[in-house]
Amino acid sequence: MKNEHQLRSEIRQFVLDDLLLGDTASMLDDDESFLETGTLDSSSVLEVVMFLEHNFQLTVQDRELVPENLDSVNRLVQFVMLKTHAA
Amino acid sequence: MCGVAGFWHFDKRPMDGTPLRRMTRALAHRGPDAEGYYEAPGIGLGHRRLSIIDLSTGSQPLCNEDGSVWVAFNGEIFNYVELRADLENRRHVFRTRSDTETLVHLYEEKGLDFVDELNGQFAIALWDATRRRLVLARDRVGIRPMFHATLCDGTVLFGSEMKALLAHGGLRAEIDPAAVGQIATFWVTVPPRTPFKGIEELAPGRMLVLEEGRRTLHQYWRHEFPGEHEYEEKSLEAWQDEVRTLLHDAVRLQLRSDVPVATYLSGGLDSSILTALVKHHHINDLRTFSVGFADARFDEREFQRQMVRHLQTDHHEVEVDEADIGRAFEDVVWFAERPMTRTAPAPLLRLSGLVRDSGIKVVLTGEGADEIFGGYNIFREDKVRRFWARHPDSAWRPALLSRLYGYIGRDPKAEAFWRLFFRRGLENTSDPYYSHRRRWDNTSQLKRVFAPDFRAQMQDEDAIIGELEAYLDPGRAKWHPMCRAQYLEMSLFMSCYLLNSQGDRMMMGNSVEGRVPFLDHRLIELAARIPPKFKLRVLEEKFILRRAFADILTDAIASRPKQPYRAPISSSFSVGDDTLVQRLLRREALQRSGFANAPAVEKLLAKGATNGVSERNEMALATMASLQLLQHLFVDNFQPSGSEIAHEERTPVAL
Repeated sequence: MKNEHQLRSEIRQFVLDDLLLGDTASMLDDDESFLETGTLDSSSVLEVVMFLEHNFQLTVQDRELVPENLDSVNRLVQFVMLKTHAA
Repeated sequence: MCGVAGFWHFDKRPMDGTPLRRMTRALAHRGPDAEGYYEAPGIGLGHRRLSIIDLSTGSQPLCNEDGSVWVAFNGEIFNYVELRADLENRRHVFRTRSDTETLVHLYEEKGLDFVDELNGQFAIALWDATRRRLVLARDRVGIRPMFHATLCDGTVLFGSEMKALLAHGGLRAEIDPAAVGQIATFWVTVPPRTPFKGIEELAPGRMLVLEEGRRTLHQYWRHEFPGEHEYEEKSLEAWQDEVRTLLHDAVRLQLRSDVPVATYLSGGLDSSILTALVKHHHINDLRTFSVGFADARFDEREFQRQMVRHLQTDHHEVEVDEADIGRAFEDVVWFAERPMTRTAPAPLLRLSGLVRDSGIKVVLTGEGADEIFGGYNIFREDKVRRFWARHPDSAWRPALLSRLYGYIGRDPKAEAFWRLFFRRGLENTSDPYYSHRRRWDNTSQLKRVFAPDFRAQMQDEDAIIGELEAYLDPGRAKWHPMCRAQYLEMSLFMSCYLLNSQGDRMMMGNSVEGRVPFLDHRLIELAARIPPKFKLRVLEEKFILRRAFADILTDAIASRPKQPYRAPISSSFSVGDDTLVQRLLRREALQRSGFANAPAVEKLLAKGATNGVSERNEMALATMASLQLLQHLFVDNFQPSGSEIAHEERTPVAL
């Protein structure tokens, strides 16, 4: 099982590479909202879910698709920790 | 329909006819039927002709009775019959039956005000030899293109397409990063800016007058809407009657042609209305043309065929798949001469090829109805968000958005996300760009696909908005919010993209002339006076148009929600065998031009080929692909000698 440090670093890398196309200058703070900063568009939530499911071998349920779980690096880390520990 | 090219210099220097011929021949696709020149000290006018009216004597350039006024003209003057009768009464002597000849006589009568009398789609180069004055004029909304550039020695080059200016030899193409930055925000460049440094677009509704020591730009027409609370008191039925009468008349005028006319049938409301009007009242053996997509997500053939059965037209369709789009994209960029955020022009280039192969030169299309009658989602979104902003905590108000965007309805599980997405800037309703800000902010994110050095040469957000602000009408603040949104949509996306990159250029690439009856200026002016509540009735788009013509449509089409016309992007660049666009998207080519953040492009391409990428990243890929093609075709390997020759020569270029 990955520790929080590893998780955070993988998630930050995903945000930088996939959502920001490698644009380090606009990398977000860990508690900044993807939606409020325009980092995610309405169709790219899917990308986040696919990344989580593929990288952390978990399944995101429909009811879990809410900004509280997915809308910042911190929230993603918390969400993945909860899911993987619970499993 | 035709191509116009030429140059002007204030002194009477002798003409060298060679560059004029090179410029004009670069437009051979616009006018394959004939070529003509007028040359005098200080002026050269070149013309390529696609014969449509007065096949025998309508060659250009042509002049008035005493040879003091000359014109080279691209387009159609639909009211030439009426204008001519009036001019003949004033003792003007006509030598041809063409619409072109009315221009020189009308100019003699009215001077620069002659454009006010014209009902048509036109780009005109007129030479007044007595005053030694060159007049360049473009129709009200930019259906026909016109560009110009001024060389160091003061020579002014002009032409229907930028390739004609580049063919002169005195000007080299260089990509303007600011233009690319505007496209990666507004989806268009703001006139007069073009993708090439030093080349300007003559903006729609404008006239450029060049005389010795004087250069004046006139705006002879502008979009105008009533003040928000100043609408005429008139019933829906009365407005509806006016719409019906005027569209009938616009269609009648636009069918004036000495060659057969066909229509495009998209399966949507607007082209169905046009087709029905033409078939019922004018052409019983009407031919219709449509694009079908192999990919069902984009395909509308079911609705097209429904209308064909209903109207019994002689229908022709071309099916397009991703590989076709990838292959056609280099021609699309060659003809459109710009970076673009989408591939949707590609199928239209295929379609005009089918039209030409069927022996047809003129087609009517439904363009413009969505803009003037309020058909787009962006108008509905603006309305819902303003409604929501009055009670931002309401749960029910934002739920109306699901009636606009299909993906919300199909994917309700991400509801909390899209709600937050549309909530950005919700309460800032005094923003003059409220309707479009969300789109522009979202699009701007795609700039990450550019290399940092290239991006640093683009304008910052304030400068971009400042340039737009300077172009737009300051009087718009007093209009109804929906009219402001319509105005933005017409001034930007319609005039600067749809009418050329998906209109004129994709048709003229195959020597086909498009006509757009919904953009008869009388109809634009009428629609602007109709109260917004009759255009967007609650959330029902183009309400008045739908109602006015319900009797000639099938029920399914009259009640069908609008489907945006789109085409696949990333998948088009990953299928097929070594197309030019594929080669130009490889790392080495990306590094050579220096525009791209190469690892990001590679990543998006890889994702596009497997899982697909988000809408915004699709746009990023289309923009990068078209920018690379633009650089390749116009900067690195420009072949001025006409598209067909250029096409043969540019294919084997090693990368």
